[in-house]
Amino acid sequence: MKPRPPIYGLLAEFHTPAEVVAAARGVREAGYRRVDGYSPFPIEELSEALHFHRSHVPKIVLGGGILGALAGWGLEYWSSVIAYPLNIGGRPFNAWPAFIVPAFETTILFAAGSAVLGMLALNGLPQPYHPVFNAPSFALATRDRFFICVEATDPRFDRAETRTLLKRLGASEVSEVEH
Amino acid sequence: MGSAEQPIIGPGHTFGSVTDKISSLVLKRRTPLGWFIGVSIASTLFLGLLFSLAALLLKGVGLFGITIPIGWGFDIINFVWWIGIGHAGTLISAILLLLRQEWRTSINRFAEAMTLFAVACAGIYPIFHMGRPWVGAYWLMPYPNTMGLWPNFRSPLIWDVFAVSTYATVSALFWFVGLIPDLATLRDRARSRAWQIVYGILAMGWRGSAKHWHNYETAYLLLAGLATPLVVSVHTVVSFDFAVGIVPGWHATIFPPYFVAGAVYGGFAMVLTLAIPLRKAYGLEDFITLRHLENMAKVMMATGLIVAYGYMMEAFMAWYSGNPYETYMIWNRMTGPYRHMYWALIFCNVFTPNLLWFKNLRTSVPFLFVASLVVSVGMWLERFVIIVTSLHRDFLPSSWGMYSGTYVDWSTFIGTIGLFLTLLFLFVRFLPVISIFEMRTILPGAAVGGEKP
Repeated sequence: MKPRPPIYGLLAEFHTPAEVVAAARGVREAGYRRVDGYSPFPIEELSEALHFHRSHVPKIVLGGGILGALAGWGLEYWSSVIAYPLNIGGRPFNAWPAFIVPAFETTILFAAGSAVLGMLALNGLPQPYHPVFNAPSFALATRDRFFICVEATDPRFDRAETRTLLKRLGASEVSEVEH
Repeated sequence: MGSAEQPIIGPGHTFGSVTDKISSLVLKRRTPLGWFIGVSIASTLFLGLLFSLAALLLKGVGLFGITIPIGWGFDIINFVWWIGIGHAGTLISAILLLLRQEWRTSINRFAEAMTLFAVACAGIYPIFHMGRPWVGAYWLMPYPNTMGLWPNFRSPLIWDVFAVSTYATVSALFWFVGLIPDLATLRDRARSRAWQIVYGILAMGWRGSAKHWHNYETAYLLLAGLATPLVVSVHTVVSFDFAVGIVPGWHATIFPPYFVAGAVYGGFAMVLTLAIPLRKAYGLEDFITLRHLENMAKVMMATGLIVAYGYMMEAFMAWYSGNPYETYMIWNRMTGPYRHMYWALIFCNVFTPNLLWFKNLRTSVPFLFVASLVVSVGMWLERFVIIVTSLHRDFLPSSWGMYSGTYVDWSTFIGTIGLFLTLLFLFVRFLPVISIFEMRTILPGAAVGGEKP
């Protein structure tokens, strides 16, 4: 395993969405790959510029939904036909049209639950500690500032060179992020 | 288009000013005196609810006015009323999101909170209507009990349990996911260490990473897509509680769409009832503008007209079916002992929404407030009329009876209003009432430009 770099990375601060997107493109073009952007609201172009194309959330939701449908239907079939068959007005034990409604609800329930849990898991949340919070002005990332962080684990990372690049790309401030 | 000219956000706002304005309601501003007065009244009413429920558990459901043949009284009326109110929140947060109605942004957060609290109030009724809820658990919930009993999945009442509990869970998830980025804002802006920790734990380490936003937006859209059929299914299933039965006045195929429209109608009325004082008290006129109020009034009018169509069809089908029981039921509704309720309902739900055709009424804030209260009363009367007039004269004249709520019925109903308002007051004090991060996205400065039209 490679030794841990002395700092987490370099954090560049920007004032507008357009600047941060342009800078993200610039950083990618310069060959950096371990880069993340931070913004107070979702910017589709920023995700695109950093090549976060595919989200795995939809697959997880599909899986959750299918599981929910099978679980709901299975519960209904098993309890009404096998475990506790009860003759109610001569209706069939496997009353599938009536079973649609609860199975639909469990489908939605499981799908929604997996959307939330899947999103949190893919994002690595909850995460009590992250180095970027050490940067002095990072609290503004949830207000009105936009940031790009080039991580020190990137093979092209160099404290001086990367800093110059970020400055050239229009960063108003570049600070080192402690671990 | 008159309303298109009005902005959905006041002029001159920036990312910073929007953030500061909304978060300061929670963080900096001293708790206003009015808040204490409001929460005192609301929580006193809530105590009345606790008293009523305790009395009910000690004495039994005889304290309610229900008798045979009117076995469903205030419990089911209020249950349907509250559940219906909740539907507007989901409509605003999910359906209007999918339809890209940007104006929803400033009202979705508290409309979703309203949904949650309304569903909490609704849930109380069927549970306590069982009289001894701990005994009733095995009728409703599929769990392996020592008697080896399982619920009857062929019954609409079980469908209702699944629909409402799923609705409550998904609404809570949707609301919480929407809150995460704003909780991070509060964490970063809170002054005191204690609040930094509280909001920090709730925000779960959210840092606004582009990768996170990417997954977040996908999950949020999917949740909206899931909540949309869910909300339609919930009131459909509630209407099945009636429509699957063979009681005249209930056994109608129009019930599902008519109930869903009624729910949205009553719910938008409640959103207006809450939004109008809220924007005034907290100076949020820049964010909840006249355009929002007018749009909500339009939705209320449109769904009100669907409800009116439902009333018309009920009367038409009673005549057209040639079924003597149906004909008698509608005639009894219009001219029988509960005719005052019926005609008051027609006034509230057919006459009042039609006044919203006039633009000067639709854009008059005091009128909208009064109209929204009238509509809420109307929707309550609708459920009363549907439940009581159908049941009180059923197939056997020997068992006919009359129904009225007892003081426990009323104190429970008023108590749930207290619970609802208490929760709303707490919400307004401790969480951002408007989604801050979504407000940032609709500011002119949020467009990156060049990439997209």
